[in-house]
Amino acid sequence: MSMLANPTFLFYQVMNSISLGMNLFIIATGLTLILGVLRVINFAHGAFFMFGAYVCWSTVTFLGGAIGSFWIGVIAAAVVLGLMAFVIERGLLRYLYEREHLTQLLFTFAIVLVVGDVAKMIWGTDQYNVPYPHGLKGAVNFGFAIYPAYPLLLCVIGVVVAVGMWLALSKTRWGRIIRAATQDREMLAALGMNVPLVYTGVFVIGSALAGLGGALAAPRVAVSPGMDATLIIECFIIVIIGGLGSLWGSFLGALALGFATMFGTVIFPDWELVLAYVLMLGILLWRPWGLFGHPEEDSH
Amino acid sequence: MQAKSKRTLWLTVAVVILLALVPTLGSKYLVDLSTEILIYALFALSLNVLIGYSGNISFGHAAYFAIGGYSCAILLTTYDLPLIISMPAAIILAGLAAAFVGYFCVKLTDIYFAMLTLAFGMLVWAVAFKWRSVTGGDDGFVGVAVPEFIGDRYSFFYFTLVVVTVSSALLWLICHSAFGRTLVAVRENRMRAGFVGVDTKRLRHTAFVVAGTFAGIAGTLFAMYNRGVYVESAFWTESGQVLIMTLLGGLYSFFGPALGAAVLYTLQVSINQYTEYWPIVLGTVLLVIIMFLPDGIVGLVQRIRSQFARRA
Repeated sequence: MSMLANPTFLFYQVMNSISLGMNLFIIATGLTLILGVLRVINFAHGAFFMFGAYVCWSTVTFLGGAIGSFWIGVIAAAVVLGLMAFVIERGLLRYLYEREHLTQLLFTFAIVLVVGDVAKMIWGTDQYNVPYPHGLKGAVNFGFAIYPAYPLLLCVIGVVVAVGMWLALSKTRWGRIIRAATQDREMLAALGMNVPLVYTGVFVIGSALAGLGGALAAPRVAVSPGMDATLIIECFIIVIIGGLGSLWGSFLGALALGFATMFGTVIFPDWELVLAYVLMLGILLWRPWGLFGHPEEDSH
Repeated sequence: MQAKSKRTLWLTVAVVILLALVPTLGSKYLVDLSTEILIYALFALSLNVLIGYSGNISFGHAAYFAIGGYSCAILLTTYDLPLIISMPAAIILAGLAAAFVGYFCVKLTDIYFAMLTLAFGMLVWAVAFKWRSVTGGDDGFVGVAVPEFIGDRYSFFYFTLVVVTVSSALLWLICHSAFGRTLVAVRENRMRAGFVGVDTKRLRHTAFVVAGTFAGIAGTLFAMYNRGVYVESAFWTESGQVLIMTLLGGLYSFFGPALGAAVLYTLQVSINQYTEYWPIVLGTVLLVIIMFLPDGIVGLVQRIRSQFARRA
């Protein structure tokens, strides 16, 4: 506790919270995008994240850790996951949109089981480490404190993704179509829009973000089976806090979870996970639909 | 409807009698398998109160199973209390936990409800995982002091059979009472049920508590059967597994989930002998059910039967 009185340590903690929050945001924003448009809770999002981390590790290893290999790995992860999502959505998921939520939920749960085991078959149960990329192994000097370069870059990437998504959703034609799809898909279809294509596009982009987030997380964490299981719950907490389908909601939610986790480890060692839930409950008591969410309309 | 209930009753009596005869076959393996299936059947039946009867998709049902299991194990072992106190106390604790969680969850519906139950379920997992001094953390709570009179395989099997039969009968009565019928009305049309004066929120809360309590009963049995409780029991994939059992059997029939539990558990035990990749098999089975058998096994049987009836 008293450590928090030390300004350097406090700075470190704040930066770590933001860095973790931004990494979580990149993943959670994909989940909330899919949720907002397709109305499907994608449990497989965590498995996609794990797959992305593995793809990044494999790419870096294959290229012998050459300069730039990490960034090729990051792009490869996003592309591979986008392709996987394309096959899953076109081949199976699109037949289920008219069915009950339970069916869709169980469908994505089945995908978790299959993807998790496929990852185990390809990469085994070993734990892998991805080194920090070239040029980012050092630290940045702020004058009053230094901070490692890679986590700092994560903060920047997070903000870039947030602003990029916001611009894409609010300023472009495609963004307007996606926003319209969250409001009224039947009207959109009546206006001659190819709604199934919008759905495929959103599922692919959302899943690519999970892969991207996984690849970016790879230098921070140990890449191993089961790394998806708690992450998906963290993403859910973020989405619940922020409100379903809200970009800035998930941004704030991710930051809140980042701070709760990092400061929780110092203030209540071992109970930081519980603190995250308490945070979520507090917000739900205050706003049952999350910070930026709206009451769901009754479907009947 | 009367005739159908009567047939269900006779079928159930026949199944219970057949189960009671299992130990006479002389196979220890079959006795163990039957005990495990009975426990999972009760677990799945309890979830169906929430899903099949009230249309609320809970993805955190394992929490109450685990709370029942941990409480029973701790009361029996750490506090050395007799079964007659430990088991009811554990069941009540599971019910109370469900009452607390349900209070928050029933404010929301559909997707939000599913996500919130999941988050609460994982909260229970997190507490069980971190509260090492009480729950044993990730080593699990081992060495449960099971009372002597149900200490061996056969007496425990009969004990389980009695508890599961009585619990299922109670669940059946609850689901077929005015309360159960109103639940179905709420499931079918929440708004209309509200218009005729049903307090839908309170009703869904009651269903949540009923489901949690009976999951707790299954949990206490599970803890004593394994002589241990492990954090995996509270993990969200466990909630997913029991959901699959319920769906596999058929949501909208009372005993469907029990059948689903029997089929899935037997499948799991047999496949585990050949490969460590049980999840991929389970995932594939699930995909097949979702794509081709939306009403589960019971629905499939009904469809085949009506096809024959049409031909005759």
